[in-house]
Amino acid sequence: MSGPIINWIDKRFPLTSFVKHELTDYPTPRNLSYWWNFGFLAGIVLVLQVATGIFLAMHYKADSTLAFDSIQHIMREVNYGWLLRYMHATGASAFFFVIFVHMARTLYYGSFRAPRELLWWTGQGLLLMLMATAFMGYLLPWGQMSFWGATVITNLFKVTPFIGENVVIWLRGDYSVGDDTLTRFFSLHYLFPFLIIGAVIVHLVALHTVKSSNPSGIDLKDKDNIPFHPYFTAKDLYGLGIFLIVYSVFVFFMPNSLIEPANNIPANPMVTPSHIVPEWYFLPFYAILRSVPNMFGGVVAMALSVMMFAFMPFLDRSRIPGGARYRPIYRIQFYLFLLDMLVLGYVGYKPPTNPSIVVVGQVATLCYFASFFVVPFVSKIEERWLIKRGLPAGIMELMEREKRDLENRTQEHRRRKGDLV
Amino acid sequence: MEDDVKGEGNRRNFLIKLTSVVGGAGVAAACVPFVASMNPTSDVLAKAETEVDLSNIPPGGVHTVAWEGQPVFVLHRTPEDIAAAQASNGVIDPEPDAKRVIKPEWLVVIGVCTHMGCVPTKEGPGWTCHCHGSQYDDSGRVVRGPAPKNLAVPPYHFETANKIIIGKA
Repeated sequence: MSGPIINWIDKRFPLTSFVKHELTDYPTPRNLSYWWNFGFLAGIVLVLQVATGIFLAMHYKADSTLAFDSIQHIMREVNYGWLLRYMHATGASAFFFVIFVHMARTLYYGSFRAPRELLWWTGQGLLLMLMATAFMGYLLPWGQMSFWGATVITNLFKVTPFIGENVVIWLRGDYSVGDDTLTRFFSLHYLFPFLIIGAVIVHLVALHTVKSSNPSGIDLKDKDNIPFHPYFTAKDLYGLGIFLIVYSVFVFFMPNSLIEPANNIPANPMVTPSHIVPEWYFLPFYAILRSVPNMFGGVVAMALSVMMFAFMPFLDRSRIPGGARYRPIYRIQFYLFLLDMLVLGYVGYKPPTNPSIVVVGQVATLCYFASFFVVPFVSKIEERWLIKRGLPAGIMELMEREKRDLENRTQEHRRRKGDLV
Repeated sequence: MEDDVKGEGNRRNFLIKLTSVVGGAGVAAACVPFVASMNPTSDVLAKAETEVDLSNIPPGGVHTVAWEGQPVFVLHRTPEDIAAAQASNGVIDPEPDAKRVIKPEWLVVIGVCTHMGCVPTKEGPGWTCHCHGSQYDDSGRVVRGPAPKNLAVPPYHFETANKIIIGKA
């Protein structure tokens, strides 16, 4: 970049060098597939959610006597209010969808492994914040599902040792979910997206430190990297086009397909709907909560089920690069895990009164945790088997080199630290 | 000389620690009003007493009244209900029926499932919670999990033979 204005700015702020470093010259592996689009898509959905949310908040009233009607006001009287609301509601589902694919890609290709652990963990933190934001936002329409969903989830905190009852009352600001709960959820639902934006920046700083992984699982040589812009801006935008087509189909043609009909009934603290279900993206975790017969155990199991992903860098002990692409057993594990998630989702959707559903849920819950706990053993056995079966010479060489590089890096790190002292 | 310097260092370290502790305590104290502001407000606390007229609840009938924003079940039990309730001690959280009522024909329990806080539905003898399948008997005692505890008995007293006040024992 040039020109007197840019020059003037560059003397006071590293604009050109920043754009060069992070965008136009940012080295990106040339072999990234479309599975690497979903981080960018998540960023776009975040922008969409913040934009639609800010405009919805101009018309929404966070008051238990007015909230339900203000949604109807938005739907019927506000110019394009229906569009803003359907975009926001569909956007929540879209957000979880792209994040789940983003996580599945990381798990499949083993992108969470060294040196990308912090990248993975900041992502885990983002998932938790996303879940909290979605949960609090779901109370705002003040329908029956909103009300009872918030009741059930705030009740989970009752298992806090000693002060459980007080924690629940403190969270709600009332003895049951009420007006005070609604106003604080609205306040926090507005705050959290900005915390998420902050955490996304941390996530991106970590990404730009370790750079993108790629399907081969091998850190490419400089000549095999290409600049992010224009190659991946173009690829990401093409993916965005596809995403927006699917998103628009939901927004314009089936906006209510992801909204529970019971949420069109105003909240009634005296009557629980005969069948309460969370939004689809919480179903597998909800099924785990219900599958444990003991309440404390159920809550712990559900919390753990979300956090298990964070342990993957420790659990996966295989040195074979490329994740499931070059690891047939890990690939089977991956697909079985996806299947188990679908089974759990189905169980979470069904009422718990059917005993065979309960048993299926318990078996699927065991499989869920087992599939994490077997990873350390299976990955080691698989590595030995693959080496014995004979890996291509190049891969063996690479694994040796990676090991040497790691040793060299630690040595160099020690030396540098020594220099500083 | 060295002792002097060391003495200075110790004094400085001590002052750093002391000011850090005082500063930390100040920040913690400043958090109290913020945390406390999320507890129930005075007007929420003022909803703490509810009066129930029992004269129009027929035997076998149940009325649901709001107390502290939560539903309270007032069940008029028939002699058979009472006999059945007194015959057992409950299953998961054993408690004799006599301890859960003031007069055996009136059962007063908070209608909030002790599992996840849903409102159970009156079905046959007792209640069933449709959220996660817990069941309670006609003494409000849990007979099938996942609920860990019996339905809570709120503090209440008989003002007259046909009127109770919930919220004050």
